[in-house]
Order: sequence, then C-alpha cells, then structure tokens
Amino acid sequence: MKIAIASGKGGTGKTSLAVNLAHKASALYPSLLLDLDVEEPNGSIFFPTPALEHKTLYRKVPVWNREACTLCGACVSTCRYNSLVKIMDQILVLPELCHACYACSELCPAQALPMQDEELGSLSSFRLEALDFMEAKLRIGLQQATPLIAQSLELVQKSHSQKDFYFLDCPPGTSCPMIAATKTADYVILITEPSRFGIWDLSLAVETMRELGKDFGVVVNRWGTAGEGILDYLKKEHVELLATIRDDRRVAELYSKGSLIYDKVPAFDAALETILTKLRSLSCGK
Amino acid sequence: MREIVVISGKGGTGKTSVVSALAYVAQKNLVLADCDVDAADLHLIFEPDLAETEDFFSGVKAVIDPASCTNCGICASHCRFDAIRVESGQHKVMSLDCEGCGYCYELCPTQAISLPQQLVGQCYRSRTRMGFSLVHAKLGIGADNSGKLVARVKDLARKQAKTEKQDFILIDGSPGIGCPVIASLSGADQVLFVTEPSLSALSDLKRVWELTDKFQIPAQCVINKADINPAVTEEIKLFLASQGIALAAEIPYDGDFHTAIAEGKSLIEINQSKWSPVFENIWTACSQEKS
Repeated sequence: MKIAIASGKGGTGKTSLAVNLAHKASALYPSLLLDLDVEEPNGSIFFPTPALEHKTLYRKVPVWNREACTLCGACVSTCRYNSLVKIMDQILVLPELCHACYACSELCPAQALPMQDEELGSLSSFRLEALDFMEAKLRIGLQQATPLIAQSLELVQKSHSQKDFYFLDCPPGTSCPMIAATKTADYVILITEPSRFGIWDLSLAVETMRELGKDFGVVVNRWGTAGEGILDYLKKEHVELLATIRDDRRVAELYSKGSLIYDKVPAFDAALETILTKLRSLSCGK
Repeated sequence: MREIVVISGKGGTGKTSVVSALAYVAQKNLVLADCDVDAADLHLIFEPDLAETEDFFSGVKAVIDPASCTNCGICASHCRFDAIRVESGQHKVMSLDCEGCGYCYELCPTQAISLPQQLVGQCYRSRTRMGFSLVHAKLGIGADNSGKLVARVKDLARKQAKTEKQDFILIDGSPGIGCPVIASLSGADQVLFVTEPSLSALSDLKRVWELTDKFQIPAQCVINKADINPAVTEEIKLFLASQGIALAAEIPYDGDFHTAIAEGKSLIEINQSKWSPVFENIWTACSQEKS
C-alpha cells in the first residue's frame, strides 16, 4: 500500500511525519520510505549512517547530429517546448526545456536527432533499523522535477516489491511535482498547520486530491498555535481529521537536530498510533 | 527600479511573514508580487481588491474526437507519458498525465486529435488595504507551467511599478530549486534568504544558494527562530560567511509570527516598537545598491 504524505504549504511537518511514521511502522510491517521532495530532500538527515548505494538516474534528450541533418526544420516546428532552435546552419538543442517526448527524434526524416542520456539526479538508499529509505535528489539547475519523481517511484517498486507500506514524502504545493508524487498513491495524508496560511494552502491541496479522486485525510500539526478555524473548515468540507499534533518546542528542537521524535515525545507517538491504526484498517481492505 | 526576491528553499521558515513586514516598511515605495503561485498567501494579509483579473493560458493538452478516431492505437504506443488509455473500447487522453507535446497530434492518421490551449490560472492586479499594489496569481489545480505564471506575475509587477513610478518590486518567491524558483530569480537585483536553524533548512539553503550563485545576484540572509538550535545557527553563519552572503538579521523564535498570521496583519502592526527597527534594518540592507 502506497501512502503519500503531502501538503499545500511548505514547512508544515511533512518530513517529520513521514520519517517518524515510517520508522514506527517498520517495527511491525515491512516498510519503505521514499523521499520524493526531489528539489529539497531532507529525509536522509534522519539517517545517521552513510548511503548503502547511490544510483545516478538519467533521461533521454535529443542530440544533434550535424552530418546527418538536412536542416529541414521539422524538429523545430514539432517541438512545443521551444527546446530546438535553428540558427543559420545549426540546430541548437536546449535540454532544460525538453520534456523527452521523443517527437523530434522519431519524426526527423534524416534520423539526425538520436536520443542520449542526460543526468537527472540520484537515488540513494539508506537503512535505519528495519526501515528502508530511498532519497531522490534533483541535479541543481534542472527545471523539471517530475521525470525524476516518476522514475524513482517505478524503480523503488521494482527493487523493493515485498513491502506492506510505501511511505512517500512528497514535494509541497499543488502543481506538477506534487501531482506526480501523489497520483499513484492508495491513500494521501495531508499535513497542515492551523494558521490562516495553513488553512488556505490546505484548501488548495484538498481540491487537488478531489480532482485526482484520491482517498485522503488530514493531520493538523502545531495544534494550539492558532484558533480552531481549521476544524470548521474540515467539517464544512467533510474532510476526515486523522490526528492533531500539539505544538511542542521539543519537537522543533529534535527535528532541527535530525533526530527521531516519537520515541521521545509521547503525545507525538500517540498521534502516530492513531494514524497507523487507520492505515492498517485501510490496508486490510486492499 | 530594483527587484528584491525573497526565497527560502525550505517551506515554513517565515518567508511570507518577512515579506509582509518588509512590504509594510516600504509601502510608499513598492509594488509587491506574490510569486509563490503554488501556495500564495500574501492576499490573506493585505486584503487585495482584485481590481483587474487576467486569464492565464499556457501550453496545450491533447483531446481525441471519438467520432473520427479509429482506435488504431498509434497515439497510445508513442506517448512517453502514458497519457492515452483505452476506456470501454475508446482511446482517451488522461488530461493530468498529458504534457502537451503534440506527438500524438502529429502521428494520428485520421486527424482525430486536437490540441486546445489550456487555461491554467488567473493573474490579479490589486490595490491592498495599505494602498500599494499587489500582483498575485492562482494556479489551477494540478497545472503545469507554474514557472511561466511566475514570469507573467513578474511582468505585470514591472509594468505596474513603471506606471506608478515605484522604485522597488518586492517578490515573495516559491520553495524548492525548480522552474518556479528559477523564474522568480531571473532579472532580480537582490536575493533575501529566510532560513531557520534546522539541518533540513541548512541543507535546503545550500542547494538553493548553489542555484542562486549561478545567477550572480547579491544575497542577504535572515535566520528566523535563531534560538531553536544555537549550534545550527552558528553553522549557518559560518556557511554565510564562507559564501559571502551577508547576515541581515537573526530573529529569535517569537509567538508574534503566529499572532500576525491569525489576525491577518504584518508583524509591525502587531508590535510596532519591537518589529519596526528589525525590518527597517533588513529593508535598508536589501534596498541599497551594491557597487
């Protein structure tokens, strides 16, 4: 069962929840945590041992073959991302704009644009006690996070096919990277804070999950730092509240050091227990 | 005209609270642009009047006309995004998966595929409750091209600043290091990072700095919640010094940040004597031309 941990707003506690929930679950069920916040992955901070394996991931982009090219310009007019430009007697490929659709390459009458590997980023594996952890990291300067997210998801399910739970730490927001990370999940946990910013950004994430037709529930973090307006919102929208996690300076301090939280803060552990009970009941139905 | 971009790498460090306070300080002299288009929150503080709305179209998505489709399957077998599936015997485009490359459109032997332009969001130009202009946007659900929407918001902000003869554009940037951030940074004169002393935030700051450094924009940094972990705060300061990033301010953890958001105000409206000097200083540091 794949469980995505997502949020509209950044900094609401996605990684804290994902790491602690996955670690707690792994004591009882074969579990894997995959960090898909590929632009700014942080899960590995909680894993004190060095990576067991680093893998470089690639995608294909076209490369111009000057000898074969007849300069017909078909590639330039085919590409909808403006990633091919014809300048005088040259075709210039701008890989940062390319979506790897293969249209230019396969429609080229002279086969002058073969597809070649371009580095997307890396996928590293770690282990903390029973928990397998994989971290996907985007190469700096690349604009698109989605190809790396999609490839990592695919690879992890192949290399670790026997897990009960796959926890996915997702990128923030509601645009393409967040969709790519949540769209294959069986259940989505949206984590938010009770502030007005939190409620507004949550409402966008809720709309997104409804659009995707996802089963989801909400965890309210930093409970007590703002009013209870969030509860009115959840009630009005008929969204399930999975748990509240009371604001506690100790949680912030532990997180800042890259330390696990649930084994040291009982209230945090209690919230995880409630969430795990819910996940277990869902996985029985699968 | 000077463009100041505020970014954080990591979310939740207090970026929008810092932007609100700086906007309050410089209110007579700026146009504010919310480029965190994925999760835009400045409108919750400044009550914009949505005076002008403009639809934002970007990119295309494929649509199959069942009347002329012969279900030959050429489109599906060539789609690299697995966006064309068969539902009750009919080929269909899964709109959320389609990246609008148009390859299927080029290949279809019966011209059954069209590529309509996509309405992906709205841009607004508003007058705020304080009087200055705010340019902001709302991205449609699951929409692609947030980088292009950021570029559009910045365009509109520049035009507005020119019309009003304002000296500054203050930009609330997006999290991460991908296309919306790259679009936020392009053309900026000054970057202000807002970070916090956690290992995650430091790691995010290093990654977003590596990106910013490519643009060669002078940078300042605010360390928020600096007393949460003094050891990491020291580590951040060492990093800033080693990279030539100026430390604009260190702000201790303060409940006023929560209060301000709850009341829909900037920090300075919550406690003028405490916050005004802090943000006046940051603004001075960011608004001065570097030689």
